[in-house]
Amino acid sequence: MKTLKPLNGNQTIAEAVRQVDIDVVAAYPITPSTAIVETIAQFKADGLIKGEFVCPESEHSAMSVCIGAAAAGGRVMTATSAQGLALMWEMLYIAAGLRLPIVAAIVNRALSAPINIHGDHSDTMGARDSGWIQIYSENCQEAYDNFIQAFRIAEHPDVRTPVLVGLDGFIISHSTEIVEIEDDEEVRRFVGEYLPIYPLLDTSRRFTVGSIDFTDYYFEHKRSQIEGIENSPRVIEQIGQEFGQKFGRYYSFFEAYHLDDAELVIVVMSSAAGTCKEAIDELREEGLKIGLLKPRVFRPFPYQKIAEALKDKLAVAVLDRSSSPGAFGAPLFTEIRSALYDYEKRPKIINYIYGLGGRDIKVEHFKEVAQNLVRIATTGKIDSHVGYLNLRE
Amino acid sequence: MKKETWRELTIGTINLNAGNSITNLTGTWRSGKKPEFIEENCIQCFFCWLYCPHFAIKVEGEKVIGINYDYCTGCGLCAEECPPKEKAIIMVPEEIKLAEGR
Ligand code: SF4
Ligand code: SF4
Repeated sequence: MKTLKPLNGNQTIAEAVRQVDIDVVAAYPITPSTAIVETIAQFKADGLIKGEFVCPESEHSAMSVCIGAAAAGGRVMTATSAQGLALMWEMLYIAAGLRLPIVAAIVNRALSAPINIHGDHSDTMGARDSGWIQIYSENCQEAYDNFIQAFRIAEHPDVRTPVLVGLDGFIISHSTEIVEIEDDEEVRRFVGEYLPIYPLLDTSRRFTVGSIDFTDYYFEHKRSQIEGIENSPRVIEQIGQEFGQKFGRYYSFFEAYHLDDAELVIVVMSSAAGTCKEAIDELREEGLKIGLLKPRVFRPFPYQKIAEALKDKLAVAVLDRSSSPGAFGAPLFTEIRSALYDYEKRPKIINYIYGLGGRDIKVEHFKEVAQNLVRIATTGKIDSHVGYLNLRE
Repeated sequence: MKKETWRELTIGTINLNAGNSITNLTGTWRSGKKPEFIEENCIQCFFCWLYCPHFAIKVEGEKVIGINYDYCTGCGLCAEECPPKEKAIIMVPEEIKLAEGR
């Protein structure tokens, strides 16, 4: 039976792990994701998790253990943040290249320097080319729901690609909400049994995992890896629907909030989308036709779907919680701007970098963005393509 | 040998042809030097066998008997590690013979 529980983001992830019949958890604690690892350790000590819990000496080793365990044929997860993800770097590419369906909860946190423990997306955005599927969560409920679906997506035979689920550091990881926790058995049945294709523990067949490729095969292997993530959109869509039919909460590539009739649009991911909805409610009351597009899946990037949703708008502001120093705007902006290029009629589009190192973003800041969009829509002029929100200038 | 297209490859770089490195004659990588085995100096310590990165030390009847030049890359580790004062493996110059068509 479904139960309502007061849980924070970290606890919801641990709950999901408890429910999915995990074989191996390998993780090294780091703020703000520590409580995920801590709660799982407690579950293991209390006999609520049958799988192995490995506490290695670093995140690099944690991901290495995940890779070994997944290659052996296990269902595997880890959790980390910021520098922890950065330390996993080279192993992230290996997990994706070997097509191992590892699932990771990344509690988004700013990268050093300067050292900071608060939420922004610089960690996962930096890993955007590692070959992992990336799904972002607005609140604790979404973190839980996304994490459960992540196993189905990663393990789908046509996908077999690792998935990371992002939730904002502190804002979600440490905020308690009432979360609908589904029945253990129902979740177990939804996720199903994992059937590895070439588990190393199957000694009846001879094969090598991770042998060297030179100029003659590397390119073909990389292309075949790309196919996995390119197969994932229909799987993500189908599993989001199935999850909805079963548990009543439907998921797709993005959430549209007052988007259909909107002339002006704000695009923002994760927890800030909640604040943005508040701002949109107020602005709508003032008569402004403004809406929100909240991307959920960033890799694979649903460029056609997002472009279709935005192409007829007058002006769009894309808000990024990370920066890409020296680039023309931050990651989400460059993706969306590029996706719109082929449309003859397309909106004016600008980028705001916000919330680095956990800097607050409030309703008033979204209103500031809205004012700029109104100005751009009426004058057709853009003063600056890339701006910074709530920064002392 | 016909090389597979990307669609024909097994998922996740899995190589179903395990042990196929035997077909990769790493001896062709040697460039200018090769190890020479001097049997009378050998104390059968097996250091060379242990250190050789290419399993190119020939062993027969639990004895080191020489070098397999099909796989020896000429790295020199065996000669470096060989303990006797009068070494049982020394590196000697080798004329580079390019196989036809290479
Ligand atoms: S030179 Fe290197 S590759 Fe050749 S036998 Fe000695 S250790 Fe092995
Ligand atoms: S290291 Fe030298 S002495 Fe020892 S077994 Fe090899 S050749 Fe013989």
